[in-house]
Amino acid sequence: MTQVLATTVVVASLYALLAAGYVLVYRATRVLNLAQGDMMTLGGYFLFLGATSVPGAPALSVAAAIVLSALAGFVIYRVLLRPMAGHPIFAAVLVTVTLGILLRAAIVLVYTDRIRHPLPLLGLANPPRRLPGGAVVSTFDLLTVGVAALLFVALFAFLRLSPLGIQMRAAGEKALLAAQRGINFQLLFALSWALAGFAGALAGMLYASNVRLDPSLGVLGLKAFAVALVGGLDSLGGVIPGALIVAAVEVLSVRYGDPLLADVSPFLCLLAMLLVRPWGLFGTKEELERV
Amino acid sequence: MALGGGYFKTTYDGDLALVDTRLRRVTLAALVVLLLVLPRLASPFALDLVTQVALAAVGALALNILTGFAGQVSLGHAGFIAAGAFTTAVLVEHRLPSPLLALPGAALVGAALGVVVGIPALRLKGLYLALGTLALHHVVLYVCGEFQNHWGANTGVSIPPPRLGAWVLKGTTAWYYALTAVAAIVLILSVNLQRSRAGRAWMAIRDREIAAESVGIDVARYKVLAFVWSSALTAVAGALFAYQRAFVSVEAFGFFLAIEYIAMIIIGGLGSSLGAVLGAAFVTLLPYGIDAAVAGLRVPGGAEYYLFPVKFGAFGLLMAVFLVFEPQGLVGIWRRIRNWFSLWPLRYRPLRRAS
Repeated sequence: MTQVLATTVVVASLYALLAAGYVLVYRATRVLNLAQGDMMTLGGYFLFLGATSVPGAPALSVAAAIVLSALAGFVIYRVLLRPMAGHPIFAAVLVTVTLGILLRAAIVLVYTDRIRHPLPLLGLANPPRRLPGGAVVSTFDLLTVGVAALLFVALFAFLRLSPLGIQMRAAGEKALLAAQRGINFQLLFALSWALAGFAGALAGMLYASNVRLDPSLGVLGLKAFAVALVGGLDSLGGVIPGALIVAAVEVLSVRYGDPLLADVSPFLCLLAMLLVRPWGLFGTKEELERV
Repeated sequence: MALGGGYFKTTYDGDLALVDTRLRRVTLAALVVLLLVLPRLASPFALDLVTQVALAAVGALALNILTGFAGQVSLGHAGFIAAGAFTTAVLVEHRLPSPLLALPGAALVGAALGVVVGIPALRLKGLYLALGTLALHHVVLYVCGEFQNHWGANTGVSIPPPRLGAWVLKGTTAWYYALTAVAAIVLILSVNLQRSRAGRAWMAIRDREIAAESVGIDVARYKVLAFVWSSALTAVAGALFAYQRAFVSVEAFGFFLAIEYIAMIIIGGLGSSLGAVLGAAFVTLLPYGIDAAVAGLRVPGGAEYYLFPVKFGAFGLLMAVFLVFEPQGLVGIWRRIRNWFSLWPLRYRPLRRAS
């Protein structure tokens, strides 16, 4: 029982990290970034790049990967998404799909599709830990939970307290009004993408260290949609309960049902949510007209 | 050069005709003759490519009905194809491999699935609908995977070649004729659907739903109808896919397949039947084109390894280029070229004519 609980929290933390990227981008630009999963993979490979060029310097590699990923998010917005302003939203969403394809192709081109493990290169180990209550998790599982908690605290503080965060919320709510008050919303949209890249990189580095690194990790990103939608696409606070619900359903269905259900249970949550409350648990009710 | 005038029709028959000028009749006849004699001219490999294009065109035309005409976004196209393919597989497993049963059966399953998706889809729009269809894709794939694990060999289900009485559909040429014919029928169906009452209602809904409703279009009914038509045709494409490959496996129907079909109708030109066919040809032939280019350039050994990511990346890049720079797709380019020639030395048509 405690093991189920512990696994749920660990899985939920990873999903929350990924879903944070979706929500940040969606709040700013109303675009669903279907490449978030591949941006996560990219973060993992940036860590691998650091680990191979400067072996045994984890702090340096992690810092470099974070900076590179955030920069990648910024560049992606500027090059691919900025020209899509004024086009239908779905066209912009498809552009993120092509972005995912391009990222994956680039990764395979450079690193082939072999499975990699950056952790030994960094000179770190990942021993299992026994929690009070008898559950066993790996060290990086714990780290994932910690990082996710920290990220969310930091994001909340940033969006509530810092002037830049408040501007970001304003630009996300109504870009035109924000622009008239002298807010550079283009910069803030780019910043949202950079933050999404940052959150994705955290998820990617943790997953690569904990489990493995290969170019198809992005599939995990698709499952994290369910999290973002269950919590509400534009609600950062909704991500946490959303992640817990989706992770719990997944862990329980695998444990008491069919292992094949692991891939489909998040989508069942998504469908259920779409039927009952399409705007999610904590999202704002948008113009979802009915016939 | 005589192009369809559009303004000077004197009979209803003239207005209804699909092919209205002599130039078009001649071109069309030439195309039909070319398609008929192609097996004598082309190598089996080229013939197989055309067959693949025809098969892809059926799926692309079906998706175009939903996304291009009715404006309903779907990321679940691969799920509908899988549903059709697995309907065939289930029938084969139950010793009913006749295509006379499998094709209507697939269409029925597809139509039912269309209703199942279409009715909840009335509540959802845009991104939410895309997410819903994506979720549906995963659910269908899960059900198909369960079937494959329980009944089929673990890797998939083999499908015998379709058989009508004593006649067996086998060989490159036979498949070429069969699938080209099916594609032609679906193309005509799609063109006529677009002109029909339903098609006009779909386009009105696509352009502005509230306006469509205010002129008396039953939005709910026509949206569900679009889903039903599209998914029934898609499932038929899936059944044909199963027969042609002679093998059905869940792995063939991943999310990427749905993206490929979306790319076809985007690259071809959204909302145009001709565009769907052009896009299907483009996306299907692109990897072979890259193969040929690499072979022609005599890239030094070891390059084969990079071929897969290059093809994958080229596909993504082209899709992005079309989305950003040419949202009208290949059909848009074709129309511009045609207009340039037919209007020269002028630049604009006197009145905008729907073509």
